[in-house]
Amino acid sequence: MSNQLDLECRQLVKSFGKFTAVDNVSLEIPKGSFFSILGPSGCGKTTLLRMLAGFIEPTAGDIVIKGNSMLGVPPNKRPVNMVFQHLALFPMMNVAENIGYGLRRRKIPQPEIDKRVADVLERVSLPDAGSKNVDQLSGGQRQRVAIARSLILEPAVLLLDEPLGALDLKLREHMKVELKQLQHEVGTTFVYITHDQSEALVMSDNVAVMNEGRFEQVGSPQDLYYNPQTAFVAGFVGDSNRWSGKIESVDGDQAMVALDEGGVIAAVSGTNSSMGLGDQVELFVRPEAITIERSTSSQDGAHIEDGKNTLTGVVENLLFDGANSRAQVRDQKTGHQVTVSLPQTGAFSDLVSGENLRLSWSVDKARSYVSSAAAKQEKAA
Amino acid sequence: MSSAEIAVSGTEQRSVIPTLKLGTFLLMLPLLLWLLLLIILPHVDLLIVSLREVLGYREYAFSLQNYAEFFTEPLYWNTFVRTAVMSILATIITLIVGFPVSYYIAKVMKGRKRNLLFIMCLIPFWVSELVRTFGWMILLRESGVLSSFIQWIGLVDGPVEFLYTDATLMVGLVYTSMLFMVVPLVSVLDTLDDSLIEAAYDLGGNTVSILREIVIPHAMPGIASGCIVVFMLTLGNYLTPTLLGGKDSLWFTEQIYNQFITRFNWESGSAFGFLLLFLSSAIVFVGLKLSRQTLADTVK
Repeated sequence: MSNQLDLECRQLVKSFGKFTAVDNVSLEIPKGSFFSILGPSGCGKTTLLRMLAGFIEPTAGDIVIKGNSMLGVPPNKRPVNMVFQHLALFPMMNVAENIGYGLRRRKIPQPEIDKRVADVLERVSLPDAGSKNVDQLSGGQRQRVAIARSLILEPAVLLLDEPLGALDLKLREHMKVELKQLQHEVGTTFVYITHDQSEALVMSDNVAVMNEGRFEQVGSPQDLYYNPQTAFVAGFVGDSNRWSGKIESVDGDQAMVALDEGGVIAAVSGTNSSMGLGDQVELFVRPEAITIERSTSSQDGAHIEDGKNTLTGVVENLLFDGANSRAQVRDQKTGHQVTVSLPQTGAFSDLVSGENLRLSWSVDKARSYVSSAAAKQEKAA
Repeated sequence: MSSAEIAVSGTEQRSVIPTLKLGTFLLMLPLLLWLLLLIILPHVDLLIVSLREVLGYREYAFSLQNYAEFFTEPLYWNTFVRTAVMSILATIITLIVGFPVSYYIAKVMKGRKRNLLFIMCLIPFWVSELVRTFGWMILLRESGVLSSFIQWIGLVDGPVEFLYTDATLMVGLVYTSMLFMVVPLVSVLDTLDDSLIEAAYDLGGNTVSILREIVIPHAMPGIASGCIVVFMLTLGNYLTPTLLGGKDSLWFTEQIYNQFITRFNWESGSAFGFLLLFLSSAIVFVGLKLSRQTLADTVK
């Protein structure tokens, strides 16, 4: 089976002095897939990528590409290529020379290089750009040249280090789709690192969420979004209402959580492990999981009704953003704030601040995780 | 100020522009005075002196004789060629030695160590050139440190004179010029993005090809400006050739000195001075053409 895997990392560790940047990371990337590593800045994702490219040697563990260990193999001998964060196009060369650089290093005859450069430029839809200078290109075009420069070498794995970071929002949205399309066409395995969850979710077949040098969860974008396994993933991927509280009672797979700010909410465990009485937990509810109705009273606090968590509150702020509009609702009794998505049908387009809303969401949409602070204390004890 | 702005603020224009001009003028005044009084006027005077012939006491006539003398007398001509060739050689050696040093300072070293190393390159230049050159003489003379050392370890029987050879002269010239090569090279290599080197390495480049295709093309303006400064300084150097090269060093500046001081032939000395200026400018021009650089690039 190992020949089906393009890239495999086994218990990879990298420490700088006492600081461990990458802590025991293992991953397997099947051939031809788009794999993203998603994490906040400083989580070690760049270090991981640079280890894959060969610029940093791991402290421990092994990197296997197409069945061969890459330990001690320098970057210019690895079958991987990298698209740099700021692209690193060579300003002293024109577009065709940039793209042909790798082939020239392989001592391929010039006519053959010219032909393949023309092919790859065609593929990234820049057929006439060959003779242009790098600084004559727009941001999106440079992006494509940088990818073409790596793809022409037909690497086993293409590493991309947040290459969309420098682009403006509109272009970034466009390039996301284009990049996914390109990957689909060429069939090369892409490893993409980013701190932008939308980039990771839109483009990837699989995403690894990384935090403090470890993989929190690896799964499909849907899996990460609907079934996060840790509090970090629940908070980092997508928007969530986040509350902390204490488990009051447990009933099967449901638990009643007394929120720190007051009120009780029924929740299910986000992880496979069961919940213990008295555990300090973090509770996550996605804004779009909440159903809203207009209400006449604002006096109901958080309670359970028809197997659903219900809460009545006053609209404090309307955050209009087209299809992605939200409202911030405050429960007058306990004072906690809930962000809810407004339905895209426009049913609530006349909603104004100060109106009362009745919010409800089914119990299984409220996912609880033993809070990391408490978990750390347990570990220490 | 753009033309649109001027059109809009027609009334303001009158009040702003003159003060701006006066301010600019005042700021430039020291520079203008410097150029006029210390560079242009003396040169104009030298030019006039070089273009005249002494007929008798306070009797002069216009003549190109001083210039013709340079081309007809092989000694002068050969001295100039020798000086130019030695200077070009010294420039090349300085570049070859200075480039790895600059690369190490700019790209390999980081933070405090980098600054320390850079300052260590600078410190010798706090001492006057004269003192530095005497330092070399103490090391290299017949009774000097190096001569005594190789006698002590038994390599030779008698004292050896290292001074007054072309090789010693070259060592002195390279040492004197090193800073003027390292400073522009460090600043130009500082602007080279590390990720370009990494990208080239990632795409299959090795040390030699990265140096040839990425680092040197990027550093070219710095190399050109360093080479121009070093070449000009070496060509116009008087102290080092005289002290380390001795009487036979045959440096062109010594010829000029001889004309002015020994022979009181100011006319001839001035002409040589101008020839040095023009011929060295011509060499720099040819050098820039050959390396496909422009003078404007070198001061970027």
